[in-house]
Amino acid sequence: MEPMAGGWMSAAHSMGTTILAVEYDEGVILGADSRTTTGVYVANRASDKITQLTDNVYICRSGSAADTQVVSDYVRYFLNQHTIQLGKEATVKTAANLVKELAYQNKSFLQAGMIVAGWDKYDGGSVYGIPLGGTLLRLPFSSGGSGSSYLYGFLDQAWRPNMSKDEAERFVVKSIALAIARDGASGGVVRTVTVNAHGVERNFFAGDKLPLFHEEISPGRNPLLA
Amino acid sequence: MSSIGTGYDLSVTTFSPDGRVFQIEYANKAIDNSGTIVGIKCKDGVVLGVEKLIPSKMLLEGSNRRIHAVHKHAGMAVAGLAADGRQIVGRARSEASQYLSFYGEDIPIKELCDRVAHYVHLCTLYWWLRPFGSAAILGGYDRDGPQLYMIEPSGVAYRYFGAAVGKGRQAAKTAIEKLKLSEMTCREGIIAVAKIIYEVHDEAKDKAFELELSWVCDESNKQHQRVPADLLEEAKVAAKAAKDALDEDEGMDAD
Repeated sequence: MEPMAGGWMSAAHSMGTTILAVEYDEGVILGADSRTTTGVYVANRASDKITQLTDNVYICRSGSAADTQVVSDYVRYFLNQHTIQLGKEATVKTAANLVKELAYQNKSFLQAGMIVAGWDKYDGGSVYGIPLGGTLLRLPFSSGGSGSSYLYGFLDQAWRPNMSKDEAERFVVKSIALAIARDGASGGVVRTVTVNAHGVERNFFAGDKLPLFHEEISPGRNPLLA
Repeated sequence: MSSIGTGYDLSVTTFSPDGRVFQIEYANKAIDNSGTIVGIKCKDGVVLGVEKLIPSKMLLEGSNRRIHAVHKHAGMAVAGLAADGRQIVGRARSEASQYLSFYGEDIPIKELCDRVAHYVHLCTLYWWLRPFGSAAILGGYDRDGPQLYMIEPSGVAYRYFGAAVGKGRQAAKTAIEKLKLSEMTCREGIIAVAKIIYEVHDEAKDKAFELELSWVCDESNKQHQRVPADLLEEAKVAAKAAKDALDEDEGMDAD
């Protein structure tokens, strides 16, 4: 990637990103890094790429920040109306279908790779991957963003069904940390969101809480907090 | 019991001084003159039945069906003007199919009913349209269990345990009220509906009729389907026997 001399000030915000969502025994855990870039400049080093669609459904966003924000806003609006009319909470499948409709019907305008995950009483925890062209695929786990390339082998080997919450969260954090170690467009902190029958829990893992793997410099003391 | 709405009945966009829209009331007359249709909600599903009057011996048996599949989990029986009924069923099918495409799930029956009712009502708002001369009884099974709704030409729709429209609706409703629906399964319901249809059929005024029955219940895997041939036969036999017994009794009374 060539550094764009001066061009980074006007380049579109992109989320290089690593995003991940996994099913575990009681629900789902969504995880993401926090780096948003314009070219090589890190526009936001602590962004939140996991966005709420309803009380029980969340979405991981990768690709163009603007595109995924707009898609999320539309889907949140539709789901809000749908919930009122339906008289009960929307299902993860419905949320994922709405995201898919927007992604597929507008495929020539959008650059958005998203993962919809959540919990509902009919299907329990569900994860739906919606990559660039607007495919909809339900999977036990799904990853996305530039950092996900480095995770395919690891995820295939390390994922197991029916993990406990702690196991699953460690799995998610380790995966994102591995991707951050290798992908320049991913970095910052790791955010996780756990959704199950009891509700939603957000978690945050600062740089110094992440495992190191190979030849990385230890984060050390944060000079801003001195 | 009809009053003439002289002058106030020429357009569906005109109210009478006592707040009635006569065109809609006249639309109901079209249904009152059609063959009876009946729907009941049993404890495990919904049964729909139609007294399909056969105006000519030339008609092939099983043609001009009055019960239509709307979606996997829902069906509709229509009374009144057949062509109007076809439009309503077509609209219901579109709504169900588009909902599935957009939301990824089967349309809840309540929602389907609301959509159809909205459409029927729409046609009562403009002077250049006429109201539908058909009523539809919608039976379906979704996550909230089996449900029965009826949509009238005015666009009003209610949820029912038992509903009937058409020529024999008074007698049919009386008969339905006598049934213990909450304790009945659809298997028993089929027999009950067949008996009611045979009972309300007036042999003096209308010659031949064909019984159409459909159900959506646990036994049919929550899918709407025509009642299987063997059960249909069983129902017809039982209904004929009941009707004959009734006629005999009446014959004796006449003596």
